[in-house]
Order: sequence, then structure tokens, then C-alpha cells
Amino acid sequence: MSKDQIRGWGFVTPALLWTIAFFIVPFVVMGAMSLASLEGRTLVWDLSLANYAELLEKKYLWRAVLVSLEITLTVTVISVVLAYPLAWIIAFRVSPRWQRLALLLAILPFWTSYVVRSYAWLLVLAREGVVNETLMWIGAIAEPITLANTRFATVTGFVHFFVMLLTLTIYANLIQLSPNYRRAAMDLGANAFQTFRHVILPLTLPGIVTGAFLTFVLCIGDYVTPQILGGNTELSVPQVIMVQLGRRADFPLASALAIVLMSIVALAYLLSARWLRLDRL
Amino acid sequence: MQTGRKILGASALALMAGTAWAEGELNALVWCDHTDPELIAPFEAEHNVKVNLREYEGTGAALALLEQSRPGDWDVLVVDGIDVFRAVEAGVLAPLPEGAISTADYFPEVVMAENNSVDGVTYAVTEKFGYNTISYNSAKVDPADMESLTSVWSEKYDGRISIYDYYLPVMGLAAIAEGIATDAIGAGDLAKIDGVLSTMRSRAASVAGVVAAQTALATGEVDIVVGGGEWLTAVLASEQPELTWTIPKEGAVRWAQSIGVVEGASNPDLAVEFIKYITSPEGQARLATSSCFWGMPANAKAGDVLTDAQKDILRWDQQPDYLALTQLYPAPDADLDIEMQDLWLETLQQ
Repeated sequence: MSKDQIRGWGFVTPALLWTIAFFIVPFVVMGAMSLASLEGRTLVWDLSLANYAELLEKKYLWRAVLVSLEITLTVTVISVVLAYPLAWIIAFRVSPRWQRLALLLAILPFWTSYVVRSYAWLLVLAREGVVNETLMWIGAIAEPITLANTRFATVTGFVHFFVMLLTLTIYANLIQLSPNYRRAAMDLGANAFQTFRHVILPLTLPGIVTGAFLTFVLCIGDYVTPQILGGNTELSVPQVIMVQLGRRADFPLASALAIVLMSIVALAYLLSARWLRLDRL
Repeated sequence: MQTGRKILGASALALMAGTAWAEGELNALVWCDHTDPELIAPFEAEHNVKVNLREYEGTGAALALLEQSRPGDWDVLVVDGIDVFRAVEAGVLAPLPEGAISTADYFPEVVMAENNSVDGVTYAVTEKFGYNTISYNSAKVDPADMESLTSVWSEKYDGRISIYDYYLPVMGLAAIAEGIATDAIGAGDLAKIDGVLSTMRSRAASVAGVVAAQTALATGEVDIVVGGGEWLTAVLASEQPELTWTIPKEGAVRWAQSIGVVEGASNPDLAVEFIKYITSPEGQARLATSSCFWGMPANAKAGDVLTDAQKDILRWDQQPDYLALTQLYPAPDADLDIEMQDLWLETLQQ
């Protein structure tokens, strides 16, 4: 082995050991655990697919997967739609002098505790909360409507957080675009929409997909927001995992659910891999 | 060489200091009511020790944590009264020294010797109890309706109910509404319980944990919490006295928490002293009025320490009636537990 190779391994080894210790090994343990089962309250290493079969048999389990997917896709789409114009305005319409302040405001939600922020939304969306009070004051509704403890509340809590994340990833992409692309498109006769559709959008797709992927991953695995804001009116996969662990300590079934969740994330990665450019952030 | 000696010396001193510190520490795995400094500080001051507390939720999570810990990591365990046998079965509780903790002054119904001992050996003592019953806003609902379980989840209160997010007490309440004793619930009773749960669920705006249920009641999001009790509304009583609770005529579920010494504890003597303190009238009064949640002290002598206002909130004078009217949590075996939890989750996903 050459000196360069030794030096290379020297640089890589700490990260490699870290990945093995804190990702590969736990993943293998979790995978093995998902093949075990509970007999009464005793863990049995029978290496069967019973937990995965249970997932198909029990309606509340596969429905949890659907609920997670529906919420995550809704949040991702809404967040992208809201974040893109916001990032555009910060990148091209705000003077460089104010851009820093705009970005600071964009990341403000990250400064608050996640749990506190969720409970704050619960108060805002309550029947006697500010949203209902305002709607009644302007005459839009006669009686308070149910907003808290619904999927709407869960999606709102998520979107509030992820719009900011996506704004940053898309802004990072937009700011790297040379204005010459737009000028060249205009010179060639493209109007503003055509320039956006055929030049800007394809070039900023990596930023959109990267932010959307991060949103997808963080949203589908989140327990706090649906638990606090959703009011248990429906259960997502992380909530079902917590129930399995809380009283019965059913680690095998919880592991199988976690593997399913990871498989969905892996699938999302493969679908978006073509456009993912984490290095450009 | 001299530097090496210095390092060795410093390391030895550090190790000795570490040992001395460890001897002056007590590690307890507890429910959140034990984390109130008002409760812990007097014990720390009296014994000149530091009590390290870690909260957990769910017996399964606690047992998993204890099984993954090294012997001696934990000294004290607070556990659901119906799960003491599970902790003993898992080998995480040590027998209590005979006669070390007296329950002579306890409310007789909550001594629960059969729950706290296995094969005649006592592993834990009850420290606090309360009720999973009906909490409500007396300004928004008719208090007379709250005296019957079926009228609580009747159409009249459609959308104004929150259900406490723990299947055992709520299914216990459903069983009581159907005239099934909580200790007699079997697989054959689940269809009837399912019917009640479905009705309850169809009327409910949410199924909420402790903080979410308190928030929902306090903000007017709901007017009734099924499965609530003094532990839910007592901490809100000073600001919102209209938030109250009752036990309906059919009865309600009684919860109880126990405390014991962890097997292989580093400081078993200190752990026993801690349990003595917690079960003393002073400790009991502080635990009963913990900032996290209130509940009845198991030791009736705590009544000498609690103020009249505190006893009013706890309904001290009504305890004989309440104890007679309530039944302990269902304590299903492992198979029935799975069926009950599945039924609960199916109900939530409806």
C-alpha cells in the first residue's frame, strides 16, 4: 500500500468506523430483531417473517403506512409550492443588503423548540384560538370550526417548519445561477414564463429535489407533530412504533415497522437520486 | 517520568473522587411526578446525596432500559402497580427488607399486598393512587350528566370529548359501563368493549396524552376528558376552578403506582431510605401535590401535612366512597394485552 493510500485510509477510517458503529451495526441488529417475535413477554429468535405478515394482516398497521405517506406527500408538495416563490423573492427581488435579514427571518422557526412550537400551533388552531376568533370576527364563520387535532393541524405544523428548510435549499440553488442564463433566454425570444419553464426550473431542480427529499425523510419519521397536533384521530407509523414499545416492549414488530419506514425512504432516494445534489447546497 | 507520575496520581484522585461521588448518588427511574424539586430536595439535603432522576413512559420501555443497563446503574424503580409482577418476572426488582417499610397507616384498599409481592415476597409498596374517570368543565356541561358514563359519551356531547390516550384505563371504563369487572375482562368481553369504544371514539374530538388533554380542556377545545381525574385537573384548579372531576355512579378505574429497589442496586440502603422518605407523611404530601400531576397519597397520615385546600382538590373526605366505587386497572396477561392493544389501535384508526 502506497503512502498516499495509507494517508487516504487514515482520513477515511474515522468516518468509516463511525458509520459502521452507529449506522451499519444498529441497522443489522434492527433487521435481525424484526425477524424475532414475542411469545408472551419473552423474546424468541425464530427468524420468521411473521411481523411483516402481521403488517399486511392488521388494518391499523398498513393503514398507518398509508397515513404516513399521505401526510408526507401532502406536506412535501405544499412546502415546495410555498417555498419556491419565497426563495425566488429572497434571491432576486430582495436587495443584497436585506437578503441576510430575510434569510435570518426564514430560519427563525428553527430557533424554537420543536415540541413548544407544536403546542403553540395547538393553541392557535383551538376552537377559541386566534384563527377561529379571526374568522368569526371577519364574519367568515358563525361558529368555531375544528382545526386542532386534525390532519389539517398536522400538515400545518409540518409545513410551517419545512417551508423554511426548502426555502434555504432552493435559495442556495437559485443564488448560484448566473443571470446570463436568463439574459440569453430573453435574447433568444423567450418570455418570462418560458424562461422559467425551460431554463430556470430545470437548473433549480436539484435544489427542489434535495429539499423535498429532506422534507420527505424528516416528515415521514416524525413522531412529535402528528402526536401533538393530530390528536390521535389517525395514527402514523412512528406513532404505532411508539405504542408497540411503550407498554409491551414489542421490539420485533417495532423493528419491522422501522424497516418498512426505511425502505420507503430508500425508495424515495432512488426515485430522486437523479436530481439529488447534496454537494451543491 | 515525573509527568507520568503526575498523570497517574491525578487519574487515581479522579477515580477516587468518582467513587466518592457515586456513593453519594441515587439513580431512580421514575414517573414525572418524582422530578419536582420540592419533593427531591429535602431528601438530598437530609442525606447529603444527589438524586439522579430519569423519566420514562410505559412499563415496557422501563424494563427494556433496565435490561440494557449494567448492574448497579439504577437504584430505585417507580412502576405501575399492576406491573410489579412483570418487573419481578424480568428480575429487575429486589425484595424489600422485611419490615423496612410500614404500610400500617395506608388506606387499606391501596396497600395491594397481592400486587406488590410475588410468592409471598414483597418487592414494592404503593406510593400514590388516583382515578381514571371523568374530568369536565362544569361551566360548559351539565354536572348531572357526568354522573352516568353513558350520558358522558352520548350524542349531547358529540365533538366535545377527548379520550385519554392509554388503552388500559379507557377500556376499563368501557368494561365498567358494560357491567364487566376490570379484573374479569377476558377475550370474550372484547366485542362488548369494542362497541363502547367505537361510540366513545365517534363522539371524541381527540385522543390525547396528559399535556394535550389538559390543554384541550383548559383552552375549551373539549369540555370532557374520558379517563381524566384529579391528576389531570388538580394542577389547573387554582386558575380554572370550573375544571373538575367526578366518579360516575357505575364507578371508574383506579390507578396506583408502586416503588421498589432495583436488583443489584449500587446503593440499596440509600434506596430503601428513599422509599421510606417517599412513603413518609411529608414525602407523601409532596408527591401527592407534585407539579407534574397530583394524586392521592397512599399513606393516610399525609392528611396531617396537606392543607385543607389541597385536600379539597384531592376530595380527601370522599375517598371512602370513591375507593368503594372504583376498580383497579385491568391487568391483562400477555396474550390478552396484545388483543386489547390491537383493539385500541383499530379504534383509533377508524
